[in-house]
Amino acid sequence: MADKNDFLLRIITPDRVFYENRVDMVEFNTTEGEIGILPGHIPMTVIVKPGILSISEPEGEKKAALHSGFAEILPEGVTILAETIEWPGEIDGDRAKSAKERAEKRLSGKSPNTDIAKAETALQRALARIEVLK
Amino acid sequence: MASMRDIKRRKGSIQGTQQITKAMKLVSTVKLQRARASAERSKGYFTCMYETVNNILQRVGHIDHKYLTSGASAKKAVIVITGNRGLAGGYNSNVIKLVTRHQGWRKEDLELYCLGTKGREAFLRNGYHVMECDSEIVESPMYKDAAALCSRLLASFAEGEIGEIYLAYTGFKNTVSHIPTLLRLLPVETSGEEDFDDRETSAIMNFEPEDSEALDMLIPKYVTSLIYGALRESVASENGARMQAMDNATSNAEEIISDLTLKYNRARQGSITQELTEIIAGAEALG
Repeated sequence: MADKNDFLLRIITPDRVFYENRVDMVEFNTTEGEIGILPGHIPMTVIVKPGILSISEPEGEKKAALHSGFAEILPEGVTILAETIEWPGEIDGDRAKSAKERAEKRLSGKSPNTDIAKAETALQRALARIEVLK
Repeated sequence: MASMRDIKRRKGSIQGTQQITKAMKLVSTVKLQRARASAERSKGYFTCMYETVNNILQRVGHIDHKYLTSGASAKKAVIVITGNRGLAGGYNSNVIKLVTRHQGWRKEDLELYCLGTKGREAFLRNGYHVMECDSEIVESPMYKDAAALCSRLLASFAEGEIGEIYLAYTGFKNTVSHIPTLLRLLPVETSGEEDFDDRETSAIMNFEPEDSEALDMLIPKYVTSLIYGALRESVASENGARMQAMDNATSNAEEIISDLTLKYNRARQGSITQELTEIIAGAEALG
């Protein structure tokens, strides 16, 4: 494996194959924190948390907003099964901003009925979208 | 022999029917192409999901997990995917039969979640307990709808209200072959010991977070993806079945029309001959 400095990254959603190419590195957010994967990683399965996915291709860097799913990491490749993932071009910036404000309001409000976990996920999702657009 | 007018009227009505069946066939052909393309596009996800989850389950072995052991309740939830409309050959009734004729299932133990109105109608007529019905979802399957249904089911599974969850749908093999399928969703069926040897050789998988926590999060996704995949395949099958049924109906109509045309011509010929005989007889009587 030592001579290889790239690996196959596949990102699959329920509706399409989102991305499939050889890449140098991929970074994304998981339940245990942000991770970056280089070729020859030990086998691991991780659960995705809303955040930015950045792909380092030989030609440059690509970003996308990854919201939920899980990833199977093997030395020779990474497969991300994503329930929701968007390229920057597919994101509605205004909607993300208003979603962020809504979620923040819900979190700061002291209403006992607030589903905190849900609001937090919504906030993370909105933040990821806004961050990718930058 | 029926009168000429009767035959003509009958032929006209069958021609009308034929035009309708022909149009329906064309419509379902187009819909089938679209449904098939989307079913194939999403297939990769489910194969991958299935492999990964199976892989994980094999590795963890017989772990004591809430989603892997059946609940104490005798109740079984069955998701039945049918169409909203008929005229699709045996498409709807085949799926319904899977549930009604299943050995060892008692009517009282079943709680049905019908996706598609045809299934609901049939089950209500036969006195089954229909919990929920969603007819919109089969028109255009959305992942989030499948996820919502799945989380409701998993919640009642976790609370012990239902012991097992099944899924009845029509698998799409190709345009002419659709297989009614009954699948157990929960507890998850592991493919057993046959792959035992592979386990030794395959790489050791690490989990972040721990095994059981990872399963908590993976299995809902797994079940959702199965439901969604079944929806996609069922929609493709429905259109395929309707296309076939309408094709048969059109060619049957063609057959009846040609038969009626023959009868009509014969009747016309008969009436002309009769008129002629009458005229000649009349002329002879005068002469």
